[in-house]
This record gives sequence, structure tokens and C-alpha cells, in this order.
Amino acid sequence: MRRRPGPGSGSASPAGRAGAERSRTVKPARFSWSTRSGRALAFQAGFLLVLTVAGWALWRNTAHNLAVRQIRSGFAFLDQRAGFDIGEGPVPYTPDASYLRAFAAGLGNTLRVSLLGILLATPLGALVGLGRLSRNVLVRSLSTGWVEVLRNVPLVIQLFAWYLVFTQLLPDPTGPLVLAPHVYLSKGGLQLPMPVWTGGPALERPEITAFGVSGGISLTPEFLALLVGLATTTSASIAEIVRSGVLAVAKGQTEAALALGLPHRLVIRRVVLPQALRVIVPPLTSQFLNLTKNSSLAVAIGFPDVVSIANTAINQNGQALECILLIMSVYLSINLATAALMAWYNRRVALVER
Amino acid sequence: MATAPDLSGAGRDAREPPPPRGGPLAWVRRNLFSSWANAAATAVVGLALAWLLPRAVAWLFLRAVYAPDYDACRALDYRAACWGFVAEKHRLILFGRYPFAEQWRPLAATALFVAALALSAHPRAWRRWLAPAWLPVVAAFFLLLRGGVLGLAPVDPSAWGGLPLTIVLTALVVAASIPLGIVLALGRRSRMPLVRGLSTLYIELVRGVPLITVLFVASFLFPLLLPAGLRLDALARVAVGMTFFQAAYMAEVVRGGLQALPRGQGEAAEALGLSWWKVQRRVILPQALVLVIPSFVNSLLSTFLDTSLVTVVSIYDLTGSLRLALGDPQWRNFFLEGYLFVGAIYFASCLAMSRYSHWLERHLGRWARA
Repeated sequence: MRRRPGPGSGSASPAGRAGAERSRTVKPARFSWSTRSGRALAFQAGFLLVLTVAGWALWRNTAHNLAVRQIRSGFAFLDQRAGFDIGEGPVPYTPDASYLRAFAAGLGNTLRVSLLGILLATPLGALVGLGRLSRNVLVRSLSTGWVEVLRNVPLVIQLFAWYLVFTQLLPDPTGPLVLAPHVYLSKGGLQLPMPVWTGGPALERPEITAFGVSGGISLTPEFLALLVGLATTTSASIAEIVRSGVLAVAKGQTEAALALGLPHRLVIRRVVLPQALRVIVPPLTSQFLNLTKNSSLAVAIGFPDVVSIANTAINQNGQALECILLIMSVYLSINLATAALMAWYNRRVALVER
Repeated sequence: MATAPDLSGAGRDAREPPPPRGGPLAWVRRNLFSSWANAAATAVVGLALAWLLPRAVAWLFLRAVYAPDYDACRALDYRAACWGFVAEKHRLILFGRYPFAEQWRPLAATALFVAALALSAHPRAWRRWLAPAWLPVVAAFFLLLRGGVLGLAPVDPSAWGGLPLTIVLTALVVAASIPLGIVLALGRRSRMPLVRGLSTLYIELVRGVPLITVLFVASFLFPLLLPAGLRLDALARVAVGMTFFQAAYMAEVVRGGLQALPRGQGEAAEALGLSWWKVQRRVILPQALVLVIPSFVNSLLSTFLDTSLVTVVSIYDLTGSLRLALGDPQWRNFFLEGYLFVGAIYFASCLAMSRYSHWLERHLGRWARA
């Protein structure tokens, strides 16, 4: 049974809870067990006390365990020589560089694979999502199969399989597959022509040599496996979002626009798409973030993303707490930045209500 | 003056729409050749399938080697699937490093668990006795795996592996994360700023980081955080870590249910003089939780898929034990067959779960409306 309202709780107010809270803000009553706010205050104080004691106990355990294992703490290690090699990445790095540099190289790789993955997954997902709405039964079932298979098989399995496909089933670098002129795919990865500036715009074309393909942009099998795995899996989720977004636009909207005499192209561009986008954008944001978070599975196939680098660092110096804090802050910052960007975009496509 | 034509249709008798024109020919025209673009799509996709399907069927089944015969598989030279790898290694893939002679135990435990799950899938089985009825099932499951009683040889959890491990982990994590998620969801909607703030912070922090960092916390940090005398084995650490992770997602699922309830429910219960706990336990939660049961099944599905990540921290679940099997240099070239086999197990289980969730949604929807 709830206790009778006490003297400080404004029991005369007919609005009940709201009245009680208002009177509390007006007149700070003395602490009393018999008011809701008093009990809430006591509960929160107790809660805080329990948390503090638990936190203190954990901290003491950790300090003790670190001392026993002779592990140092603090972020001073970031300035030290890392000593391990990183195979690839946009950030220049040598084994003599610092741990901080290694983490930066890992972050560069995470961002590189995530951005490219998003760029590939979005159009692919839109295509498959529209394919699921197609009137053609072959296109429809193919799209449905794509979505069902990719969503119901763990990403880790897909990544391992892609990795082995890229490193075992492809020909050796000395006799690569030629996908297009000067585009070579082999066990050594994918080689593409690279635009360079040598007194004028030019293309540096990869060439087949006795030791494999050299020159141009080179993408490693690890990168390719991760990219393909992330892009295809995410495309399945994006397809579902696009499909439900288009379905969410009431049929009457299309019919009314057609009745007004708008050509089909304009109906899609001016009526259906703007309304569908409004439904699509928020869940799309979380898919982009999911892709970025899933890129951490790179550690399973040895692509040097920020989590793999942290894993290596932990194995070297045992400073797990610091390294895990670093990874978490990286992902949380990416989350916040993406959320801010998408909020800005969302405001642009949002309904302007008059 | 002419009277306005009657458009209301009130005078006419309501008629059913004409039945669609039937026949396979009409279906083909409607679905494959309704327009030039449609016909073109049919031609392109049809040709691609006509090229691909016979080859895929031949590679997968017709020309495949099914016997665990290494020489026959090598002779194939990848021109067809070698299911001999799966035939040779299926016990390692399915049960991991569990002692070979005792593998009937995980098999029996898994069968018992799946049967119990299937029996309690229908809402008709959701009675008061269901929870107590599960206790002996869970006890039998762990006794079978663990041994040490009734003349069963003890098997350490570090030797558990394969499909039973995936199932244990999924079940433990989902079962433990639901109550934790309920507490977090109630905390996030609490009127106390400290409770609300901390719950929100926890949920958003955990949802912002990848599962793999939580697994790192479980395998690297838990040993540091615990008192020196207390040791958790690797499986328990990972289960606890995944529970903390999943609880944040469960909290959002539960919050969805809480938000779907009209405010009047809680206010009416409060007006009757019920305490906060009673309002939540007797009025709010029973209604909110029924609403989100299909979402719980979806969480079960995603946890099942997520368990495959534990192989990264050296626990041999279904994915990990496949990698054990592929460690045999003689068979490692037949990895595609192995991944297809394990992928098919995941796919079939998840398809069953997602179909069940859809069915449940419609079924419960009808029940809630009635």
C-alpha cells in the first residue's frame, strides 16, 4: 500500500503526481520518508553508495592484479616503439613508429573499409530492396533469396569463407585474372590503375612481372574479404529498409500524382522518393553504424583495423584496460559524428509542417 | 435543376470484386511478361539462372563425392564438392573437442533442449507451469554435458564445443539478459534522474561499441577486475560479457513495449493506490512484455548469430570447431564445403526462428485484438 501523502507533498493538488512535483520545486521540503520525492532521494543515495562501493572494490582488485602481474598502467605506452608491422593502410607507418601511430594506422584502416563498404552497400541494398518489390517473379525471388541468406548466416562465417576464397581459390599473382584492362585479381589481391600527377594527369597502370603484379593501387585479400563481406551483409539489411520505406508511402499518393498528369519519372522523384526517404534515413543511419561496428570483425581474418591493432598491443604489453578504452572511445566518437551528420541530413529531408 | 448524381453507392448491392483471371498462363503473363522492361528482366535473369543453376547443382550434388575418401576428393580437383570432408569431420564440427566416446551426451542434451523448445513454442504452452517445467530440462542438459554423476565421466567446460556450446551460450545469454533488460528499461523510464541517467548511459554506451570489444573486456579485463582468489572459466566470462551486451539491446526492446502502452494504464493503476512495484509487476509489464514477445524471438536469433564471434577469443563453438576441423592440413582445401555445411545449419535455424517470429506476431496480434 502506498503511504499517505506527507505534509510536504502538496496533497491538496488534484493533479496528483504532477502537483506533488510542482510543489517540490516551489518549496524544497525537508527530507521525509513519507513523500515520494523523499523516498526517491533516499533510493538514489543508496544506489549511488552501492555503485561507489562496487566501483571502488573493482578498482582495488584491478590495482592489486596489475601489481601482481607487473603490468604498468597509464597511457604512457602510446609514445613507445610499437615494434610490429602493419601490412597496409592510408597512414604511413613503420615498426619503429609509436603505439599511437599504430592506433592511428588502425583507425585509418577502419575508416577506409567502413566508408568504402557504405558506398558499396547503399546502392546495392537499394537495388535489392526495389528488386523485392518488382513485378517480375524472378527478380523478386532472387532479391528475397539474397536478403534471407545474407541475414541468416553469421557474418563471421561469411568473412572466413570470403577470406579463404580470396586467398585460396584465386590464381597466383604471376598469372592473375584480368577483370578489365590493367585490373588484376589474384591471391595477392586486387590491382587497379592509380591516377597520379606527373606533370599532368596520368594513370599508373599495374603490370604483370615475373614476381606478380606491381604498381597501381593494390588492395590486399584481407581488405577485399572484409569489404565484400560487410557490403553484402549490410546490403541485405538496407534492402529491407528501402523496401519498407517505399511500402510506407501510401498508394494513394502515387495514384493522386498520376491522376494530376505527372509523368511516371516525376511521380517517383517528386512524390514517392521524398516521402520514402523520410522513413528510410533514420534506420539507414543505424545500418551505417552497424557496418562500422562490424568492421571490427577484421580481427578474425587479420586485417589491421583498430581492434586488431589493440589486440596486438594487448598481447605485447598487457595493458588491456587502456587499449579497450581506446577502441571504445574510437567507436563512440564515430557514432557521435555519424549521428550528428545524419541528424543534419534528416532535418533536410524531414517533413516541413506548416 | 438536375440532382447531383448519387456517388455514395448506398443504393447498390455490395458485390465482391471479380475473381482474378486464373490459369498458369495468366500468372506467367502477370509475373514475367507484363511489360517490355519486365520481359527484358525475365530474359536476363532467366538466362543467368539457366547458365548457373545446372552448374551449381552439378557442383553441389550430382558430381560430388560423399564418401570420406581423400583420394577421390583430390581427383575432383575442385570441379565438384567434396562432402567427404563433412562426412569425415562432422563429429568434430558438431561437438568440438568433446571426448569422442562421450559424444552421445551432447547429442542427447541438444535433442532434449530443441525438443523442449519446440514444445514450448506455441502460446498454448505458455502457462504457469512452463517455467518450473524447464528447470529439469536445463538441469538434465548441464548434467549430461558436465557429467560427474550417475556414472558419467566428468567433462570440463573447456572441452565443450560445437553446436551444443552455441546453444548453451545463446540460451544462457538470452535467459539472463531479459530480466536485466527489463530492469534497464524501467530504469531508463524512471522519474529518478540518477537512475534514468545511468541506465541511459549504460544502454547507449554498450549499443555504441562492437560486440568484439565486449568480448575483449570479458577475456582480458574480467580476470583483472575480479578478486585474486576468484577465477571464472573462459566460457562463463564470455557468457557474462555477452549478457551485459545483449541486455542493452533487450532494454530497448522492452522499452518499445512500455512505450506502446497507453499512459492511462499506469495512471489508473496508481490511482487505485498500487505501489510502484505493483503497478509495474501487475499492470505494466504483463501487457508490455506480451507485445514484444516476437521481438524477443528476434533477439534470440541475433544472439544465436552473434555467438559465432566467440571463436575470436578462442572458444570452440560451431564456427570455432569448424576451424579446428579445417586445421587438418589434408582436408583444409575443402573449406568451402565446410562453410556451406555450417552456414546451412545457421541458416536453417535462423529461418525457422524468423518464420516463427512472424507467425507469432500475427497470432498474438489476433489474440490481442480479440
